[in-house]
Amino acid sequence: MKGFLLGVALVAALFVANGLFTGSLVPGVSISPYILQVICLAGINVILAVSLNLINGFTGQFSIGHAGFMAIGAYASAYVSVTFGPRLREGLAFLPEFGRDSVVLLLALTVGAILAAIAGFLVGVPSLRLRGDYLAIVTLGFGEIIRVFILNIDAVGGARGFSGISKLANFFWIYLFAAASIFVVSRIVRSSFGRTLIAIREDEIAAEAMGVDTTRSKVISFVVSSAMAGIGGGLFGHYLMYLHTNSFTFIKSIEIIIMIVIGGLGSITGSVLGAVLYITLTEGLRQFAQYRMVLFSLLLIIIMIVRPQGILGHREFWYFLRRRRRIDAPVGPPVES
Amino acid sequence: MALLELSNVTMRFGGLVAVKELDLALEPGQLYGLIGPNGAGKTTVFNVITGVYAPTAGRIAFQGKPIAGERSGRITRRGIARTFQNIRLFGDMTVLENVKVAFHCRQRATLSSAVLRTPVHYREEARVDRESRERLKIFHLDGVAEEKALNLPYGSQRRLEIARAMATSPKVLLLDEPAAGMNPHEARELMDLIRWVRDHFGMAVLLVEHNMKVVMGICETVHVLDYGATIAVGKPAEIQSNPEVIEAYLGGA
Repeated sequence: MKGFLLGVALVAALFVANGLFTGSLVPGVSISPYILQVICLAGINVILAVSLNLINGFTGQFSIGHAGFMAIGAYASAYVSVTFGPRLREGLAFLPEFGRDSVVLLLALTVGAILAAIAGFLVGVPSLRLRGDYLAIVTLGFGEIIRVFILNIDAVGGARGFSGISKLANFFWIYLFAAASIFVVSRIVRSSFGRTLIAIREDEIAAEAMGVDTTRSKVISFVVSSAMAGIGGGLFGHYLMYLHTNSFTFIKSIEIIIMIVIGGLGSITGSVLGAVLYITLTEGLRQFAQYRMVLFSLLLIIIMIVRPQGILGHREFWYFLRRRRRIDAPVGPPVES
Repeated sequence: MALLELSNVTMRFGGLVAVKELDLALEPGQLYGLIGPNGAGKTTVFNVITGVYAPTAGRIAFQGKPIAGERSGRITRRGIARTFQNIRLFGDMTVLENVKVAFHCRQRATLSSAVLRTPVHYREEARVDRESRERLKIFHLDGVAEEKALNLPYGSQRRLEIARAMATSPKVLLLDEPAAGMNPHEARELMDLIRWVRDHFGMAVLLVEHNMKVVMGICETVHVLDYGATIAVGKPAEIQSNPEVIEAYLGGA
């Protein structure tokens, strides 16, 4: 019941914030479209980072093909809303504008997520038998294959890009799904299944010896993560109203990895922090134009030297708050008997 | 019919024969010791039984069903659990979580019930938590349940390995040098513990150990390997006076 009320409160808060930001709630009150766009893209990055963290951070399988699954979700959902959207709207004429938009968007995102999940399954089953560098290279390869494949589909614009997507995603939807992905991933990792994922990260041979079906666990986490990346991609397309495969190169995958490495692999709050920090830094350094990437790389190097486990490491943010409070409580030595 | 039966099992790595035509039968509730000088192939026997390697030749049957070549996770779910010679705990997880991971394979928990936090999820989590803590108590680890596994002292890490293997509810428990690195006092305690666990849970134990006090003290049958071949099988007293065994350990005159 408490959870339900919290959910309702969250939806209401997002709805009000959306109205305030765009100026549709109180006339004259709004934030600049540029800032709003940065905030929205940060939200999409949160979805991508949190979902990739499930594989890279919690399961310990280094995948660098996340942009590929994002692309599938983006193109599939955009195709659905462009092709079936108008007819669906006619059928739903009895609903208000907002309701029609929501139905079309949710349908499009569902299709995007399902297709991305199927792709994740097809890529995951053969490649998750590999470990470490090999897995990284194979996922990188699959990510590029997906991108080049889409580039050659004329129905979604091919090299011209996919235009004419209506702007169905906004602050409200992006942050609703960001919250949902945080919610789902945190519940997964704090469950019996989640413990098997962390066990695989810690020692795969021991996990298998404890009766864990490691292949199954890895594939499930890969599929869930891909589906979420698909949703992130779908929101991306419906927010920018235009898609081009250049947005989904392996550079995009690397960006998502940077976010979770900065924030801390295996920390959900860390990925959120990393995603927000990444976009703040790239946007904030924009005025230094040509030095931007140099400064950014330098920052990364400094973080890797000073704190290689990422800002939060394996911990969640609240751990540090609690530790501070606990510091004067006596901690006895481990009991040896 | 024996609970676990190896017949004519050979494991070859290229030109090296690590295990040669091994016959071994483990009865329910038996404490069976596997000894031999370094490099005799003891750990390889464990790896073949638990599916880390598929044997080059021979038959492995558990409760009458052939299991050779199955994946180790599947074999564990059938009821054969093991510990590792070089400790393989989930270092960054707590002691309690280490044991809970092992419970997963006997648990009715699905991903959807975890995400939706259904009553089944809470019931199962509560049960696993309770049973895991019980296991930890048996192994005197309840005081450090919330510690990270890698922060435990060596002897406790060994006991946690056994506790974790026990949590998969095995019918056969394979212990790979559980007393390694323990002092005589700890080793004696461990002996009592292994015997108690066997009596209490009624599983068969296959023990690889270099500490002869432990092996001769608790095993009912001792099996001696040398260069992969069986050189003697019998009661501890017989083994101790077997000239071939003495030669393998001390070198022939």
